[in-house]
Amino acid sequence: MNAALSQGAALAHDSALGHVTGRAPFADDVPEVPGLLHGALLLSPVAHGRLGALDVAAARAMPGIVAVLTARDVLGANDISPSGREVEPLFADGELRHHGQPIALVVGESRDAALAALTALKPEIEALPTILSIEDALAAEAYLLPPQEITQGDAAGAIAAAPMQTSGEFRAGGQEHFYLEGQIAIAWPGEDGDITITSSTQHPTEVQHIAARVLGCDFNHITVRCRRMGGGFGGKESNASWVAAAAALAARITGRPVKLRLSRKADMAATGKRHPFLYRWRAGFDATGRITGLEAMLAADGGHSLDLTGGVVFRALTHALNCYDVPAVKLHALSLRTNMVSHTAFRGFGGPQGVLLMDDVLRGVAAATGQEMEAVRARNFAGGDNGSKAPYGQALEGDLIRRVYAEAMADAGWAARRAEIDAFNAAHPFLRRGLGSFVLAFGISFGLMHLNQAGALVHVYADGSIRLNHGGTEMGQGLNIKIAQVVADAFGVPIARIRITPTSTAEVPNTAPTAASTGSDLNGWAAHLAASAIRERMAAEAARLWEVPVEAIGFGEGRVFVAKPGDNRAMGFGDLAHRCWVQRISLSATGFYRTPDIHWDAKSMRGEPFFYFSYGAAVVEVVVDTLTGEHRVLRADLVQDCGRSLNPTIDRGQIEGGFVQGLGWLTTESLYWDKEGRQRTLGPSTYKIPGSRDAPPDFRLRLLANAPARAETIFRSKGVGEPPLMLATAVWNALCDATGLTALDLPATPEVVLMALERMRRKHG
Amino acid sequence: MSITFTLNGELRRLPAETPPAMTLLDWLRAAGLTGTKEGCAEGDCGACTVVIEAPDGARAPVNACLMTLGQAHGLALRSVEGLSAPDGAPHPVQAAMLAAEATQCGFCTPGIVMSLYAHARMGGDAHEALAGNLCRCTGYRPILDAMAALPVAEDTAPLCPATDVTAFGPPEHRFFLPRSLDETLRLRRDHPGAWILAGGTDLGLQFSEHRENPGSIICLRDVAELRGMTAGPEGLSVGAAEPYAALLDHMAHDADFAAFAGLLRRLGSRQIRALGTLGGNLGTASPIGDALPPLLALGARVSLAGPDGARDVAVEDFLLGYRRNALRADEVIARVFIPRPTPGAIFAAEKLSRRHDQDISAIGLAVLLERDGDVITHARIAHGGCGPMAARAPEAEAVLEGAAFTEAQARAAGDALARAITPMDDLRGTAEYRRVAARNLMLRLYWRAARPDAAAEIMALPTPHAPRFISP
Repeated sequence: MNAALSQGAALAHDSALGHVTGRAPFADDVPEVPGLLHGALLLSPVAHGRLGALDVAAARAMPGIVAVLTARDVLGANDISPSGREVEPLFADGELRHHGQPIALVVGESRDAALAALTALKPEIEALPTILSIEDALAAEAYLLPPQEITQGDAAGAIAAAPMQTSGEFRAGGQEHFYLEGQIAIAWPGEDGDITITSSTQHPTEVQHIAARVLGCDFNHITVRCRRMGGGFGGKESNASWVAAAAALAARITGRPVKLRLSRKADMAATGKRHPFLYRWRAGFDATGRITGLEAMLAADGGHSLDLTGGVVFRALTHALNCYDVPAVKLHALSLRTNMVSHTAFRGFGGPQGVLLMDDVLRGVAAATGQEMEAVRARNFAGGDNGSKAPYGQALEGDLIRRVYAEAMADAGWAARRAEIDAFNAAHPFLRRGLGSFVLAFGISFGLMHLNQAGALVHVYADGSIRLNHGGTEMGQGLNIKIAQVVADAFGVPIARIRITPTSTAEVPNTAPTAASTGSDLNGWAAHLAASAIRERMAAEAARLWEVPVEAIGFGEGRVFVAKPGDNRAMGFGDLAHRCWVQRISLSATGFYRTPDIHWDAKSMRGEPFFYFSYGAAVVEVVVDTLTGEHRVLRADLVQDCGRSLNPTIDRGQIEGGFVQGLGWLTTESLYWDKEGRQRTLGPSTYKIPGSRDAPPDFRLRLLANAPARAETIFRSKGVGEPPLMLATAVWNALCDATGLTALDLPATPEVVLMALERMRRKHG
Repeated sequence: MSITFTLNGELRRLPAETPPAMTLLDWLRAAGLTGTKEGCAEGDCGACTVVIEAPDGARAPVNACLMTLGQAHGLALRSVEGLSAPDGAPHPVQAAMLAAEATQCGFCTPGIVMSLYAHARMGGDAHEALAGNLCRCTGYRPILDAMAALPVAEDTAPLCPATDVTAFGPPEHRFFLPRSLDETLRLRRDHPGAWILAGGTDLGLQFSEHRENPGSIICLRDVAELRGMTAGPEGLSVGAAEPYAALLDHMAHDADFAAFAGLLRRLGSRQIRALGTLGGNLGTASPIGDALPPLLALGARVSLAGPDGARDVAVEDFLLGYRRNALRADEVIARVFIPRPTPGAIFAAEKLSRRHDQDISAIGLAVLLERDGDVITHARIAHGGCGPMAARAPEAEAVLEGAAFTEAQARAAGDALARAITPMDDLRGTAEYRRVAARNLMLRLYWRAARPDAAAEIMALPTPHAPRFISP
């Protein structure tokens, strides 16, 4: 085999040189063609209102303005809904439903001309009453969807019968994606109504569908292309589609190419964020901390429209017990409609919100039973003497849960540091250090069954160079290099022989979004199947030439050879490719993969929706200034299960980056809407993602060894895009440990921590 | 009569009709130099970082999104396109990023590379060097690895264009770069509607984010009387147009101002401090101006130059209200005099924000306690973010004057401070939080003095960059 060449090799990102030299082009870097028009969006200034007349004449008359488009100008359906379960308008029509909602698109000869013309648009708006919080939405029974519920046994009875009971309530805030490259699309009109779109999107197929719906044309008129994104994180799953659809509409109407690049402020105002959640729970347990019954409500603020909220809440619900076993549960999840921007996919897709629940429960049970939280954690792991199935019926791997936890605790040296930290805390007047842990079981697969499919297109050219195309998109996560490794491995050629090409709906159709940590699982298999089909044909030709059985043909180190002792016949891979061409053998193949064995019954809320689980554990140390609420992470020890890693370097980047993004969600990243529902955190000056000083200075990571995926994944690897984000939950526990707080809302900004401490001080004097 | 600068070693003379208020970022990208990215257009994410190179080899990173073309006049600039060797080989800084595998999506990367290019020459704390650059993908570990392996900067002496031109731009959009105070005052008189631009780190938002193009701009950068710094036994005289970076350079080596230096390290980022000025902070008179509380606590004075000469005003008399000050329409802020704390005095300059680096203060607090033995003879306590303007808190000062600085006294002063301030609820914090935090900062100050052995803040705990990776 060629491990050093491809599979499992720690190869760098394929665009690294382009990144550091600035030569890797993003959508906005593509040279602008003559005649290119630029768009600018008019956004709703209110959270809720009736939209009256909008006179576009003044704006239209401004210098350099070519068109002003509103709901009336939509050629097809004014509907950008990704689910198709309700109408979600591209441009507000009659009703304004959140601050920042697009009302109109101004198209001009320059971006500044378009932006300047926005000031000439003065929509008539009659303000309407708003729903701006989860509590208000609960009171108004404003639901986007019926409740989703998973039950197992008699939770209320189990709680009542348990020797001890406790309860809790807490909230987790939203999170802005803050991809460094904002939303952007460029649409070029072609002949016969064709539109070609360059979009910064995780989901080219959905861009195609939504653009076609807005234009009222067949899908085959729309081609969507994406070479790379400057970050996605879920924010370019459904939100990229409407940006691209708006550009496509303008291109169709004006007959000229149109670029729509949102300013950071417009991007943050108009695009959805991670769903904020409110949690209420009640648990019954015994003096050892074994939890026997749990009732919980998870209420998600979905914003003004459905978007992907159903899936997000499904994942929160299926991850609410995380890696723990509770014999009797009732998990009740609500999708609420508010006058906020429509919340959307964000790395983890509800999973991060779901797994918070049990850690709050474990902390509450630990406090009630007078134990360290870690003892309660270990007492309730699924598997071992406890039940091993999630309440919806899928089996968890108790051995891996215990392994990642034990390794993280051992790496961290928990007991020794506990003693050292206690001594520090006793001696310091106001700084307090603390330790926290976290363990994760994260299900890998799209909750929406039909998305678990992928395609790839591989060409071998007559010189043996290979062109690889697949349905996944590159947003920095290193998907392309991983898939190239898979293909290089299939052909036994150096990675340099593989040409990575932009994702395009014209090359691989009907794809899934690159999301749900499935990018390499799905596209890796699809590419492998495509490459294997070509390899089989090539092997057959070599076998014919050398008159040996096809099984005797080997591929490796750029050569094709007879893999029999004493037989050293061989030729270059390129020579065989040339020979195949001459012999009229097809050197091109598509690959198609669908995840096997997954199923879900939405009626009974039972099934096995995940192909496998990814496991991870973390131990984190923090220090808190109890006078100011300021805090920081001092050290993090992570153990992450990547199965048999396709590329440890790429996986390391995903784990570290995901952890820090989770850290931001839980600590510094605080979104702020004023009393009128206007979002006030519309840029990095007001919305604070982690900086370099916020990452753990002592940052230790171990990939779980000898743990090939038990499911038949590509080379027994596991997806790693999302799980590490959740490992940052350990920070929450460490903050509580340091301060003695038993409840702490998130994000735990210095203010949240200080005011929680202040309330505790006032209560206890 | 056109804007002239050197870019990547090449002289650029812009057409006379070029609008001087166009941002450098927009110009670079329109010129096809798209390595420099727009991430936020508000000087916060650093994706647009380029470097100013001085003839002595000094380098200063700046945000191209906040810098007007007028401000680029006379400078030698380097963008990411100017780093690679002519054969395309990566610059050693780029090679260090490659070796550390420090890129994922790559959008922030050119800006980070430029910050590292400056850092290779400037040295100092890695986090301080990165404070003006956001990365959403990597979690920064590999970037910090790259920084630990940066090559020593070569002594390049780039060519700055020699130019006598002090005004340019089309008639309806003039940009003036006066060299003398007299000339500045004359321009101020002749162009009453002109915008006064010091560093442009606040005003730059008008160009960058709000896309405004004013009639005329008077940029103070080259006014000799407004530049430079002199240190004496009484204090520092700082030119109002002197960038923070120079002030920090001085204060970092002047023990009397160590606390002020600590605050300046958190004021914006290197990119912001390369352009931003004390004069600008005073001129905008924002209630959350970081430098204002320590200026108030130290009893700083401003010299205001006008047609009839200069007048000297205490900072507390200069600040009149929410974004209002005593500057007359025909004056400019010329210099700031910052007195030294008296020997034995306690001086602290605190800042609370959601993030340690590059964040706007929720509150600022500066305290000067002059002492005779244990007794506080004179107290000056000044706050920011706690009302419509940065101001002193005489109620809290009165509690301390004549008393010993005990924990109880600090608590009482904190309570008085919390009662005296009138903060509001906004995105940076509730009024209640600001009150509690302001009170507690007085307590923390007590512990700073009483327990010099103990770390007085979370950042004082030593935390070397020490990553580890175990892969099977």
